[in-house]
Amino acid sequence: MKVTLTNFDKAFENRIRLQIMSVLVANESYDFNSLKELLDVTDGNLASHLKALEKEEYITVNKSFLGRKPNTRYIASALGVQAFKKHLQELENLIRQQRG
Amino acid sequence: MEDKDLIAEISSIRNIMDRSTKFISLSGLSGVMAGIYALVGAWLAYKLLYVTDDSFIVRGYYRLLEERLILIAMAVLFLSVLTGVLLTLRKAGKKGQSVWNQTSQSLLLNGALPLVTGGVFCGIMLLRGHYEVIAPCTLIFYGLALVAASKYTFGDVKWLGMFDIGLGLLAAVFPGYGLFFWAFGFGVLHILYGTIMHFKYDR
Repeated sequence: MKVTLTNFDKAFENRIRLQIMSVLVANESYDFNSLKELLDVTDGNLASHLKALEKEEYITVNKSFLGRKPNTRYIASALGVQAFKKHLQELENLIRQQRG
Repeated sequence: MEDKDLIAEISSIRNIMDRSTKFISLSGLSGVMAGIYALVGAWLAYKLLYVTDDSFIVRGYYRLLEERLILIAMAVLFLSVLTGVLLTLRKAGKKGQSVWNQTSQSLLLNGALPLVTGGVFCGIMLLRGHYEVIAPCTLIFYGLALVAASKYTFGDVKWLGMFDIGLGLLAAVFPGYGLFFWAFGFGVLHILYGTIMHFKYDR
């Protein structure tokens, strides 16, 4: 059975974006390389999804240096956490509807 | 999107949240090995302490005894850490996970604070000759370190920590039996815990 996705957040339509948000909600912050390894995606792919989330202001970026290496950390914004929770709620509602 | 896709979606979110916060390459087998080393160490210490020929007690003997006990403890610690690191590397390698990442760093950082504090404290107590507090203190601080680190790995580690803290407090109540509490906490409990972890997660 097909269901409409009108209530879903467009930013989370992509699975990787949703996964990035899951990680950032569960952790205070996460760095680029750890994210890349965890989600098993390429640099470019991850960077573009992070950009998209940043544009929605769902995440904030914190750039610093560890010695000479750049260390970029990502943090979920309050707006992002709220949107993520809403999205999860929507998923749950859908399941309940289909079962009900 | 179908029902089972939705459920798969939610479980994948859960899975990624878990993996992002927990270091799951800790090897159960290394717990068993650490327990065995501790039991062997405790047995050697027992022999040194209680089954020594009386004629052997001469001046300077106690100094020698103390050095030997510390040597045994150091050997147990060294072997346990070495085995733990090697088996964890092996397990991570098998699963294709890295061992040096955000979760393992959080795990070490959070565990290290109580552990190093306890180690330094016990060292000071040893130097000041308060031997009776060593067994309870090592157990208590080790337990606290496990509880602190457990947030970043399997939740079961927390229970091992709780039991060690309880045993440490009991050992403080019965000062003459430190070695037995120590052997139980570091030996028997590690073997039990390691076996459970091995069958629960390693296979």
